Amino acid sequence: MRRRNVLPGLPLSLGVTLFYVGLIVVLPLAALAFKAASLGFEDYWRIVSSSRSMASYRVTVLSALGATAFNLFFGLALAWVITRYRFPGRRIVDAVVDLPFALPTAVAGIALTALFANSGWFGSVLEGFGIKVAYTPLGIMIAMCFTSLPFIVRTVQPVLEDLDPALEEAAQSLGGSDWTIFRKVILPLLAPALLAGVSLSFARCLGEFGAIIFIAGNQPMSTEITALLIFIRLEEYDYQAAAAIASVLLLAAFFMLTVTNWLQARALRYTVKG
Amino acid sequence: MSNLSTRRKPPRVGDAPLFRRSLIGIVLVLVAFVIVAPLVIIGVEAFSKGWQLYRDTVVHPDTLHAVMLTVLAALIAVPVNTVFGIAAAWAITKFDFWGKRFLLVVIEIPFSVSPIVAGVAYLFVYGLQGLFGPWLDAHDIKILFAVPGIIIASMFVTAPFVARELIPLMQAQGRDLEEASTSLGASGWRTFFAVTLPNVKWALLYGVILCNARVMGEFGAVSVVSGNIRGQTNTLPLHIELLYHDYNATGAFAAASILALIAVFTIIAKVALERQGAGRVRKQANPAEKTS
Repeated sequence: MRRRNVLPGLPLSLGVTLFYVGLIVVLPLAALAFKAASLGFEDYWRIVSSSRSMASYRVTVLSALGATAFNLFFGLALAWVITRYRFPGRRIVDAVVDLPFALPTAVAGIALTALFANSGWFGSVLEGFGIKVAYTPLGIMIAMCFTSLPFIVRTVQPVLEDLDPALEEAAQSLGGSDWTIFRKVILPLLAPALLAGVSLSFARCLGEFGAIIFIAGNQPMSTEITALLIFIRLEEYDYQAAAAIASVLLLAAFFMLTVTNWLQARALRYTVKG
Repeated sequence: MSNLSTRRKPPRVGDAPLFRRSLIGIVLVLVAFVIVAPLVIIGVEAFSKGWQLYRDTVVHPDTLHAVMLTVLAALIAVPVNTVFGIAAAWAITKFDFWGKRFLLVVIEIPFSVSPIVAGVAYLFVYGLQGLFGPWLDAHDIKILFAVPGIIIASMFVTAPFVARELIPLMQAQGRDLEEASTSLGASGWRTFFAVTLPNVKWALLYGVILCNARVMGEFGAVSVVSGNIRGQTNTLPLHIELLYHDYNATGAFAAASILALIAVFTIIAKVALERQGAGRVRKQANPAEKTS
């Protein structure tokens, strides 16, 4: 039963939307793609597959994987504790989860560096165990952990809140242990949201810049992330190389966007059954 | 459901006291280490050399200029993105048209793109080696390495913030109220201000506040397009980097404390707005209760 739409304002609102999206989002990205494409395949490939570029992808992707894996467990535990338990300070914990989103990345970067430098609160303790964080790949991972933590908490939390207690009760009445019920009943229901959170978190880690450059040593081939390499090429006025490497990050972002959309569509299919 | 509450509820999964306590303990310790400690250290470092030095950094002309520029960027980028967000939400939720799902994805692109990539992309539009660069240069219009560049780069990064809050809420609220209003003879603008806006005001404010926090804190995109000219194109986050690399860590933390304070206020405002029901639309998408 489709009704005729009587509301006004489609030309104006859609016009404003398309104009703005076109000017602010599509035009610059198209210009970047055009610039990268104008390089010609051989030059393009030489730049994006140079050993320094490859090393930067490697450290970026590995650190992002490590940070996302840590956040998968920490984020799930955090969402679980906030939604399932009542304890003093719960609301405060729920609120501070958003701090990494609200705190500017440069501020987070210098704060984490101060904490994890050799003389810092955490750095000096870890030094005793022979662990160096600041100016190593571990530091990159910690900065990524900080900036991407809220994604997993905030995607899992609503699903956890809406979980039907009857499912658990049924499993309990059948004699399942807590661990078995968690594994076989709860986890499968959380899985789509968890995966969506993971892909958002991973995408954010790949593109993160501000929080990382302070704590990473920024040494080529070992602690230089891809975003920084682009920045360095710009400072050298090597615009072609900057365009080529930026296009790699852009492609990675589009890939992650596709994955996330697909996962979220799946997650919705499973949760909106009513 | 009150007659059921007399029955003792069975413990839910994970409610065993020992497990519960240890999990809460571990999470609280990690939250303290990972989230709270960075906030605390900003305050500690900022005041590590006394109140006087803190004051000197904050009222230094370069810092004040950076604050002004940051506020200016927010004053322009946030209202523009708010108008865009409202227009996008109205078009997407009140009408059906071809390519709507694709448009939704395009609006969300800035969330996935690295700010550095965004900055580079703008170089190839407005820079000398870009599309409009030579024309702009011939007409002596400066966009890059000047204030306009900072503002448009901030607009890119925060473009989806308001739209993302409004679209799910307006989707859930449907079109019935607006259709009733226009069929009774109200104009489109009147319908929007008298019917739609009151229903979405908290979500709108929520999006505006998050957008503002991001504009004021944006670093990567702005550092590509600003040129980092002290006292001219330095926003507050860029000023922090400058001080930090000048081996003036205390000064950097003093400047950072201003932004940290804004972050804390943003979170307080966010919690207050969530009490009003903003930001949690996706889970209560129940159009049935909207019919009156």
